[in-house]
This record gives sequence, structure tokens and C-alpha cells, in this order.
Amino acid sequence: MLMGLYNYWVVVVLMMVGFYIVIAHGNLIKKIVGLIIFQTSVFIFYISMAKVDGGTAPILAEGIKLYSNPLPHVLILTAIVVGIATTALALALAVRIKEAYGSIEEEEIQKKDNQDC
Amino acid sequence: MAFLVGVAFAIVWMKDLLAVIMLLGIYGLLSASFFVAMDAVDVAFTEASVGAGISTLLMLVAIALTGRAEHPARHKPLLALAVVIFTGSLLIYGTLDMPYFGLAEAPIHQHVAPRYINDSMQEIGVPNIVTSVLASYRAFDTFGEAVVIFTAGMGVLALLSVARRREDDAKIDLLNIPMHEQHLIPRIVIKMLIPFILLFAFYVQFHGDFGPGGGFQAGVIFAAAIFLYTMLFGMSTAHRVINQSFIQMLAATGVLLYGSVGVVSLLNGKEFFDYSALSADPVGGQHLGILLIELGVGITVASTMVIIFFNFADRKEYPQRKKD
Repeated sequence: MLMGLYNYWVVVVLMMVGFYIVIAHGNLIKKIVGLIIFQTSVFIFYISMAKVDGGTAPILAEGIKLYSNPLPHVLILTAIVVGIATTALALALAVRIKEAYGSIEEEEIQKKDNQDC
Repeated sequence: MAFLVGVAFAIVWMKDLLAVIMLLGIYGLLSASFFVAMDAVDVAFTEASVGAGISTLLMLVAIALTGRAEHPARHKPLLALAVVIFTGSLLIYGTLDMPYFGLAEAPIHQHVAPRYINDSMQEIGVPNIVTSVLASYRAFDTFGEAVVIFTAGMGVLALLSVARRREDDAKIDLLNIPMHEQHLIPRIVIKMLIPFILLFAFYVQFHGDFGPGGGFQAGVIFAAAIFLYTMLFGMSTAHRVINQSFIQMLAATGVLLYGSVGVVSLLNGKEFFDYSALSADPVGGQHLGILLIELGVGITVASTMVIIFFNFADRKEYPQRKKD
């Protein structure tokens, strides 16, 4: 009975770990890592929902009746590649911030901004 | 699963960003093996090449540019912890209503999935259901995703591209030669491996109809081979082998190829991305359409990844001159 929801709870824990990194750490790269963990937990959530007990991978073959749900697989497959592309964009922004401010710590950036005005 | 949680917590505590990124690579590999256990072979394939390969590399190049030490100061960890625990317990409360894991009667399996599983063989003629849903039933979505990837690549290009000069090349060459002579064994081994990696990428690209694989995975693997080459032989050699503007052209060509398949079916009086317009035999048309579209996706993904990596690495090798 309890095991039935175990996967979803692990997803929630992972998601919260990612969320915690995003709000509690000041380093921009660390924040991006937090976002990746958050993102992966959503992937795991979708894939867990797609699983059917006793089913097999959704590639049609003779003599197999039960397949896992292919639709979440499709959504997540493309989401992973889109995720890495957007992560790269975030990293590029972090690099530019480092060049402009000389730091990627949130507090130092804010201090510099306050001095300017 | 428990491993995943352990690695995630380790990432929270680590201060050294290099260690964090290595752990992130392990995390990617672990989640890939979890996806295999969940029967999602296509997804596992993608996650293994993206999560454990490309993203680790990109993060490494990024910390080479921004420094690896994290500041110890944190803002109000207690408040953050409270918010996190509150949100987490709300989400756990939400899961109590969910159908149990692995149940075949869950609502998610009743909607469109049975149609895909039962009818896709007659309609598309491709054994891998994931490929037929990706490239045929939901071709419109996938087109949007290819465009997003292309746009992200262009964004990185706009943010990081540096104008290179001839005399810089000569200087960098002098720096590179002694450095790359040192790593004799990896150089020879990887030189032998690269053709096989490229061959594997093509296999994944064109075999996606029958087994796990397709344009997204093939593009990433292809890009990984080029990254390896660049790391061993230095940026200037890689620039001589691979023309930047050609790669940028290729990225656009991939998206165009995808889009034009849709336009061709429009011109033939069918709906956008209705592949039966491509050939007299509907199943043959589907095959041709999927092949072309996967090719477009593969080209876009591979060249976008190469653009992103080269721009990061260029930034490292040719440090920005003071606002010229």
C-alpha cells in the first residue's frame, strides 16, 4: 500500500532539494544545478506515471500484449534536449554576468548595482 | 531511487563547484538507468547522452570561465527550508489521491495511448511507437521543440560570440602544440574511437524507426564526437576542420528541412505534416516523412550543440579585450 506511492514521494523530495538550492544559494551556477535537479525530478515523475506493471518498452513486437505508455516518453525525450539547450543559454548569461560584474554571487552583484545608482 | 536522493543531497552540501558538476554527471547517469528500469529506453538513451555527457561538459566550460569556488554565505537558510518543507508536504498531500504506481487502469493509460499502441502499426508502419508519436502524430510539437533548440543556440551565439582575428590564431597555435603532445595515449585511443562514435550516431539516426533512437539522440552523440576531437586537438585545429559559418547554416537548414516537409504536404492539399501527401502509398509516405523529419531534427540538434560548445570554448581561449 505504501510502496504504491513511493516513486512519487522520491520525486517530491528531489524536486524540493532542487527548489532549496535555487532559493538558498547565492551562486548562479549552483542555482542552475538546482534547476537541473528540479527538471529531472519532473522527468522522473512523468516516466513513473507511464510505467505499467508487467509491460515492456513501447516497441511493437510479436507476442507482446502489454506496453508502457509511449506518450510521456515522447514528451520527456524532447524535453531533455530542450532542457540542455536552455541550460546552455542560462550558462551563457552567467558567463556574461561574470564579465560585467566580476562575480556570480547574487549578493555581490546587488551590492555593485546599489553603488552605481 | 535512494541513490538519486543521496547524490542530490551531496550536491546541496558541496562547496566546490567542480565536485558539484561531477556529481551532477553521476546523477544524470543514475536517472538514465532508472528510465531503463521504467521501460523508457528512448528517454534513457537521451538522458545518458545529454545528462551524463553534454551537460557535464558545458558546465565544466562554464566554470572554467566563472571560477569554481562557491561563496559560503547563504541568505536565511531557515526561511528557505520552511518554504521548501511546506511546499513539499503540500505536494505529498497531493500524491495521496494519485493512482498507485504501475496500475494498468490508471486514467493516463485510458486516453490516447491505446490508440497509439493498437493502430500505429497499420497507420505508420513503424515498430517503435515513440518514434511514430514523436515524428508523425505529434510532429507539430516536435517542430516547435526543434525551433526552441535552434533559438537557444542563436541566443548563446548572440551572448558569447567573439570576433576572432588572424594573429590570435598564430599565438594560440604556439601555446597548443606542446600541450597536446603530452597526452599521447588518450590522443591515439580517441582518434580510433571518433569514427566509431560518428558511425554509431548515424546508426541511431536511421535506425530510430525500429529500435530506440532518433534525431534527438543522434544529434547529441554526433556533437559529443566533435567535442572530444576539440578537447584533444585544441580549438584552433577544430576551427580549421569545422567552419563556423557552415555550422550555423546547417542549424538553420535542419529547421528549414523540417518545416518544408510540412509545407510540401500543405501545397498538396493535405494538412500540415500530413505525410501521406509525400507518396502515393500512405504508409510509404509516413516512412519518408519520418525519415526527413528525424534528419532535420538531427542536423539541428548536432549543429546547435556544436555552436554552443564552440562559443563557450572560444570565450575561454580568446579572452575579451576591453570593450573594443
